[in-house]
Amino acid sequence: MYWKIFLFVLMAFVSIAGITFPIVDKPSVWYEFPFIPGLGENAKIIFFHVPTAWLTVIAFLMSCIYGFRYLKNKNLNDDVKAYVANQLGIIFCILATVTGAVWAKFAWGAFWSWDPRQTSIFALLLIYGAWFALRSSIESEEKRATLSSVYSIIAFVTVPFFIFIMPRIMTGLHPGSADDETSGPIVNFKMNENMLLIFFLSLIAFTILYFWMWNIGYKSILIKEKLQKNIEVVRDSIFNG
Amino acid sequence: MITKSYSLFLKDIKSELRTRYAINALVMFILVAISVILFSIGNEKIQPELTAGLYWVVIFFSAMSGLSRAFVSEEEKGTTLTLQLIASPDTIFSGKLLFNLILTFFINVIITLIYAAFFEGFVINNFVLFLVTFIFGNIGLAISSTIIASIIAKAGSKGTLYPVLSFPVLLPLILTCVQLTIFCFDGTSFANALYELAIVVSYDGIMITVSYLLFDFIWKE
Amino acid sequence: MNSYSLEIKNLSKNFGRRLIFQNINYSISSNTVLGISGNNGSGKSTFMKIIAGVLSPNKGQIVHLLNGIKITGDELFNHIGFVSPYLILYEEFSAEENLKIFSKIRGIKYDSEYIRMLFGKMNLYNRRKDIVKTYSSGMKQRLKYVFALMHKPGLLLLDEPTSNLDSEGKDSVYTILDEYSKNHIVIIASNEEQDLRMCGDIIYLENYK
Repeated sequence: MYWKIFLFVLMAFVSIAGITFPIVDKPSVWYEFPFIPGLGENAKIIFFHVPTAWLTVIAFLMSCIYGFRYLKNKNLNDDVKAYVANQLGIIFCILATVTGAVWAKFAWGAFWSWDPRQTSIFALLLIYGAWFALRSSIESEEKRATLSSVYSIIAFVTVPFFIFIMPRIMTGLHPGSADDETSGPIVNFKMNENMLLIFFLSLIAFTILYFWMWNIGYKSILIKEKLQKNIEVVRDSIFNG
Repeated sequence: MITKSYSLFLKDIKSELRTRYAINALVMFILVAISVILFSIGNEKIQPELTAGLYWVVIFFSAMSGLSRAFVSEEEKGTTLTLQLIASPDTIFSGKLLFNLILTFFINVIITLIYAAFFEGFVINNFVLFLVTFIFGNIGLAISSTIIASIIAKAGSKGTLYPVLSFPVLLPLILTCVQLTIFCFDGTSFANALYELAIVVSYDGIMITVSYLLFDFIWKE
Repeated sequence: MNSYSLEIKNLSKNFGRRLIFQNINYSISSNTVLGISGNNGSGKSTFMKIIAGVLSPNKGQIVHLLNGIKITGDELFNHIGFVSPYLILYEEFSAEENLKIFSKIRGIKYDSEYIRMLFGKMNLYNRRKDIVKTYSSGMKQRLKYVFALMHKPGLLLLDEPTSNLDSEGKDSVYTILDEYSKNHIVIIASNEEQDLRMCGDIIYLENYK
C-alpha cells in the first residue's frame, strides 16, 4: 500500500516538475533547468519520452526471458507473463513513437526522418506487431505459446544488429548521437544536476508503474482462467445431477 | 548427418520437379515484380541508392513468395509426422536449409542478371565485394527464411503472415546489404566495406546458431 | 537377440489447461503386446505420439532401452515403427520410391529382400511401382505396415491398426503381429474387440484422469 502512495507522489512530482520548471540561461535556484542550445523548451520531453522508450525495451527483454522460460518449463503461466509484457510493450512503443514524432516536428521540422533511433523504434514496433499477428493466427494454446516464445527469441537476437549498422547508414539527429556536435553523449548533454535527478526519478517512477501494471495484468488473466475453469466444473456438476 | 540431410534435399527437389508449379510461379513472380518497377521508372534516371534498394526489395519479396514452401508443403500434404518418424530435427532443418539455399541462389542469380541487363544504374565497380555480399547475404536470407517458414507452417497460416514475421528479422541484414550494394556501385574498396561485411557474416553465424537451437522446439509439438 | 524395453514414468499430458491423462507408470519389455483403450478423445493418439517421441509430455518421462542401454532422443526415430490412419506418405512418389527415400534419409541400407517379403505379405507387391496417390485408403494403410517394419524397429506402435482394412488385410496384419511380437514390443491403441484380443495387458486411459 505504502509504495503505491509513494509511486503516486513520485509520478505527480515528476509530471509537475518536468512540465513547469522554467528553463533559464543560468540556473541559480534548484528548480531551474539550464538552456540547451537547439532544444530550448523542447528538452523537457526527455522526462516522458525516454522512459517510454526504455520501457519498450524492458518489455521486449521480459517477453524474451519469459519465452525462454516457457520453452524450458512448458508452464503456461510464463506465456501469460510474456503476453502481458508484450501488451504493455506495444503500448509504450506506440507512446514512444508518437511522443518522439511530435517532438521531432518541432525540433527537426518533420514528424519522421529515419533517424537511427526512429528506425530502431520502428523495427521494435514491427516486431511487436508481428508477434501479435502470429499469436492471433494460432488456435491451440500450447502451440501459440511455443511459437511466440521462439519468435520472441529470434527477434531479440536480431535487435543488437541495429545498434551497429544504423549509425553507418544514416546520420543521427537525436540529441547526444554521434553526429550531433552541439551536445555530448545522451544523458549528460548539458543537463545540470536537478535535471538529471528528475530524469532518473522519472525513469524509476515509470519502471515501477510498468511492473505494477504488468503484475496486475498477468494476475487478472490467471484469475480469469481459474474462474472459467471453476464455472465449467460447477456447470458440469449441475448437468450431471 | 550430412548424407541424410542431402537425401532429404534430393527428395524435396524430386518432389518439386514432379509438381513443378512452385518453380514456374516463382520465376513468373520475379518477372512481374521487376516489370512493375521498370514501368514505374519509365525513362527516369534513378540514383544508385534507389537501384540498390529496389534490387533488395525484389529479392526480399521473391524470397517471401518462394521459401516458405519447404515446410508449408509438408504441412499441406500432411507428411510432417512421417518426417518426424524418419529423421532427427537437425537432419530435417539441414535438409530444408540446403533446399532453401539452393532456391535462394537460383532466384537471386536470375534477379541479378535481369537487373544487370535492364537497369542503367546497376553497374558493379567492385566485383569481388559484390560476390561476397551476394553469397553471405543470400546465406543469411535463406537461414532466417527457413526458420520463420517452420514457424509459419506450424502456425497453419501460409500467405500474409510470412513476410510480416520475416521482415523485422531480416531488416538488419537487408539494410546492411543495401549499403554494401551501394558500395559496389561506388567502387568502394574491400577494406572500407569490412565493417558491413563483418555485420553480415556475424548475422549469418548468430542466426544459424539460434535456428538450430530453437528448431527442436518448433518441430516437436 | 536384441531386447527392447520401455519404462513409462509418471507420464502426464495437458492440452492447454485441460488434463488428458496423468501419472501413468508402466514398464514393458520385448515379447509383449500392450493395448491402449479408451473412449474417443481420451488421448490414445496423444499417448502413442508421446511414446514415439514426436510430442513432449508435460510431466514424467519415457525411457527406451535397447539391450539395457538408453536410446537418446536423437536416435529414437530409428527404433520405432508407427502406423496410424493420420500418417500420410508422399503421395507424389510410388510405394517403392517412398521406401527408398525413407531408408536414405534414415541412413540405413535398403534391404530389398526383406522389403519384397513385406510387400508380399501385405499383398502390394504388384502395385509397388504405382504412385501412392492412386492407392485406395486400405492399400495406403497396408503400405504403412511396410513403412513401419522396413527398418526392423524394436518398438512397434499401432494406432487403430485395422482401420480401413478389409478382412483379408486384417488377417495379414494379425499374422505379422503374431510373429513380430515374439521378439519386439508392440503397442496397440484401439477400441476394436478383435485388436485388443491380441494384447497381453490393456491400459484404460479413463483410469488416469
